[in-house]
Amino acid sequence: MYSEKVMDHFNNPRNVGEIENASGVGTVGNAKCGDIMRIYLDIDDDGIIQDVKFKTFGCGAAVATSSMATELVKGKTVNEALQVTNKAVMEALDGLPPVKVHCSLLAEEAIHAALWDYAKKKGIVIEGLEAPVADIEEKIEEEY
Amino acid sequence: MSKLIYLDNAATTKVKDEVFDAMLPFFKENYSNPSAIYSFAQSGYSAVDEGRKEVAELIGATANEIYFTAGGSESDNWALKATAEAYASKGKHIITSKIEHHAILHTAEYLEKQGYEVTYLDVDSDGKISLEDLEKAIREDTILISIMAANNEIGTIEPLKEIGRIAHEHGVLFHTDAVQAVGHIAIDVNEMNIDMLSASGHKFGGPKGIGFLYIRKGVRIKSFVHGGAQERNRRAGTLNTPGIVGIGKAAKISGESLSENAEKIAELRDYLIDRVTSEIPFSRLNGHRTERLPGNANFCFRFIEGESLLILLDQAGICASSGSACTSGSLDPSHVLLAIGLPHEIAHGSLRLTLSEETTKEDLDYVVNELKRIVERLRSMSPLYEDFIKNN
Repeated sequence: MYSEKVMDHFNNPRNVGEIENASGVGTVGNAKCGDIMRIYLDIDDDGIIQDVKFKTFGCGAAVATSSMATELVKGKTVNEALQVTNKAVMEALDGLPPVKVHCSLLAEEAIHAALWDYAKKKGIVIEGLEAPVADIEEKIEEEY
Repeated sequence: MSKLIYLDNAATTKVKDEVFDAMLPFFKENYSNPSAIYSFAQSGYSAVDEGRKEVAELIGATANEIYFTAGGSESDNWALKATAEAYASKGKHIITSKIEHHAILHTAEYLEKQGYEVTYLDVDSDGKISLEDLEKAIREDTILISIMAANNEIGTIEPLKEIGRIAHEHGVLFHTDAVQAVGHIAIDVNEMNIDMLSASGHKFGGPKGIGFLYIRKGVRIKSFVHGGAQERNRRAGTLNTPGIVGIGKAAKISGESLSENAEKIAELRDYLIDRVTSEIPFSRLNGHRTERLPGNANFCFRFIEGESLLILLDQAGICASSGSACTSGSLDPSHVLLAIGLPHEIAHGSLRLTLSEETTKEDLDYVVNELKRIVERLRSMSPLYEDFIKNN
């Protein structure tokens, strides 16, 4: 049911782990619905994402979308990272089964939550970045 | 993939060799419609007759109380809907449990929409219903109690005999979905006061697409599938001769080796349970420790999610199943695990391993070792585990 790329990212997830004293950390999802993603960002003074790590509790698609999202934002500027949408994550994975689309939304939201934390710590405003949703699953249920 | 360890026998079983051999002649040689009058149909007719007797014997019924269907779901639908219809003048109240298979639960929900009232009994942390609760739930207008014989996910066996006794003391019919139990544990419809029983062939070494509903003589439910006069006018459709021969043979074989097989498989099951719960931290067994199906082991592993576990087990050549939401396509984990009181986040990390008489100790040793490796790997990337370690 999963594409080869999803299976590859599930079997060999990129950037698993933690970053100590990260510039920003974002955790989204909830255990009730079975998906939690946490993204750590290391952002330098020029606003470039030098390193990114993730930890995920969830299904194969949740792990793969987290892994792909970290790859897509690594080395990018904060503003470029903000443009990485769930669609981009899905396309990079050669698609997801319909019931797993919410995993890609969660990955996008996890990046945004980590950027939000970074902005808060730095005391800056990132244009176009909204506060993370407390419960992404509720938001998804409204949308579908 | 070279290795294949099949531990999903609650989903379906391999057709036994003797069953397959017995079925074969009824595809090409004796392909007759057993309802036909000419002598060519005689062997088909006799084979159906024999199959019916073999099935009846397995559950202590008489042959004319067995009605062949396409499987467990049809039998469950028939029992509930037809009872509701036939006894509507007496009342419109049905009692069942929260941990039934969806073939019962969704049928009960359908009946609710048709104006029936359904009481869904709670279960305790082992998955057993309370006989007191059951008795209290019975009303003047209760027409049916439907409680499964053994749960398909956690394997817990319900107290059928007592349920049947209570039902009969109150003049209420008792149906049991025994799809997981028949052929695996001893069932006697008379001793257990069962009025209707659903079973399915492929769960005990028979083929898919054949099952039966036992209807006690005197229970007045009507036809569910209308058409020809097959099954004494109660279930239309050309008789599935190979299927009936297959389920009959499977019933005969299962019956002959029932206690011996159950003992052997339960011993392996206990070995698996002991190893998993003692060697994998933060794991738990779901379902009753002893009053469970011989082949069923169901675990929860904290901090990890079931689908990821299944994919990695699959890559190690192990077929298993999970009550995780992701495998069912909904966001909610198994209704059974929630009903026994597990919180959502723990219910998401469940694993069901169901054994057969072909399972060996070596298979289980391999499975436990792989499981330890996989659980550790998934925990190493789990934010829940990270938080737990930091806070403890």
